[in-house]
Amino acid sequence: MSADVRRTVDAVWRIEGARIVGNLARLTGDLGLAEDLAQDAVADALAQWPESGVPQNAAAWLTAVAKRKAIDGWRRRERLDERHSAIAHDLASREGGVPGADDVWEPIDDDVLRLVFTACHPVLAREAQVALTLRLVGGLTTDEIARLFLLPVATVQQRIVRAKKTLSAARVPFEVPDPGEWAARLGPVLGVVYLVFTEGYAATSGERWMRLDLATEALRLGRVLAGLLPREPEVHALLALMEFQASRFAARTAPDGRPILLADQDRSRWDHAQIRRGEAALERADALATARKTGRGPYALQAAIARCHATAQSVESTDWAQVVLLYEALGRLAPNPVVELNRAVAVSQATGPASALLIVDGIAASGALRGSHLLPSVRGELLARLGRREQARAEFAAAVALTSNAREREVLQAKSDAL
Amino acid sequence: MKFMLIMRATEAAKAAYEEIDFAEVINAMGAYNESMIKAGVLLAGEGLADDLSTAFVVDFAGETPIVTDGPYGEIHELFNGFWIIEVSSKEEAVQWASRAPLGAGSKLEVRRVTDMSDFAGHEDNEYIQKEEGWRAEQAER
Repeated sequence: MSADVRRTVDAVWRIEGARIVGNLARLTGDLGLAEDLAQDAVADALAQWPESGVPQNAAAWLTAVAKRKAIDGWRRRERLDERHSAIAHDLASREGGVPGADDVWEPIDDDVLRLVFTACHPVLAREAQVALTLRLVGGLTTDEIARLFLLPVATVQQRIVRAKKTLSAARVPFEVPDPGEWAARLGPVLGVVYLVFTEGYAATSGERWMRLDLATEALRLGRVLAGLLPREPEVHALLALMEFQASRFAARTAPDGRPILLADQDRSRWDHAQIRRGEAALERADALATARKTGRGPYALQAAIARCHATAQSVESTDWAQVVLLYEALGRLAPNPVVELNRAVAVSQATGPASALLIVDGIAASGALRGSHLLPSVRGELLARLGRREQARAEFAAAVALTSNAREREVLQAKSDAL
Repeated sequence: MKFMLIMRATEAAKAAYEEIDFAEVINAMGAYNESMIKAGVLLAGEGLADDLSTAFVVDFAGETPIVTDGPYGEIHELFNGFWIIEVSSKEEAVQWASRAPLGAGSKLEVRRVTDMSDFAGHEDNEYIQKEEGWRAEQAER
């Protein structure tokens, strides 16, 4: 029974956690306090629901209990000021303040939006933003976050506690950013979601090549953001990018767990329903950008590249010239050696390995990507296609030595062995 | 985990439904769908037409399939729509399903959508592999 209640409480938290904490944070003006109060309410639920049964409107119950705890705390410290009496009044307007089936649960989307921007506030380090976003916006338990990131639970707990302290010390208001800051503040929000996705899509460490559960969480967060910020082109573009990339999951891994590279994937195994969701999201992003008279942003360009792959019947029939153009546009928007390297790969398909090698050598000469396995692995690939086998083998060996993902190492070794 | 919420209604429930203002029904369904979209869990959903002239049943009992008009036969509950949601647990699916704005006589049958893990040991079967893509395509139509 109690295990069932635990799972039900987790499910309610999953669905309503963000709105419960958002609501409490707006009323108390303190995100840390709001989260503590919500957790105390969850503890009460775990203690009481096995006896009383799960209330009809569990979210309203949790919110009311948390509010009552807020009042009790202030009463104890005799700090019942105006803000607090507003909550007290709100509680008293219910029948005797007893939460029950009659409670109206009318959460406000704006509270969740405030929560998103606060959890991704620039005073926080990226890993703190990630933990807080998954915890508060995604409604994941600390245990779940730890499992997803292969971290000890204590580490995640500590990150969340520290993040709340940092927000409080910096007196970060529980608000959405001012219009002037909007663009600068939206960036980290999208960055957090995409980081969670990429960590799942191409696990940077460990035995596993993909961690689907992480990528699924990121997609869910992306869809939530698209609902909260329906007018933001880059939000839809990020969602499109993730949908396109995730559509290849089933085809990316062989039965024995080996990764299968794009060129070798059975494209009939791609999730075409998901590709269509990606296309719809990208069309939305493009339409919004056009209406604003802005060009495509970095996520829209990446999504457009991903769409070229997702809608091509084969590697050969991919519109590589278009992919090259999109990478050029992306490089102009945000110069980055990884983008440049990807452009080189596209050029090798569009016009051949020799011109691509020039680009790669340019990156190497600049000193960028030193220490990354990406540069030697692409260079090895190009040299192999040019028939320079010895040099190619040396590059693959260098790449093998630099990667920390066991599965990726196998792929590189296999390429080298095939020469 | 993906779940399909399959909506079934008895004739009585359908009759009762016709008493309610259609705009009210649309609003309730719209709000329900929107809540799932905003939570990031809704992947697909469709209503099925009651229109008898386009409904038929194919029976495979005999040697050749027999096509008969109408979806009813001896069944007194009619499928009239479905949602596909992606959630983290069965309990979460229970929470969402319980929120559907349906009345007496209506039922939701909820089933987990199979994934590759259900074909463990057969992943390298060419048809299993092909079906993945094909089935996804059909689901979208």
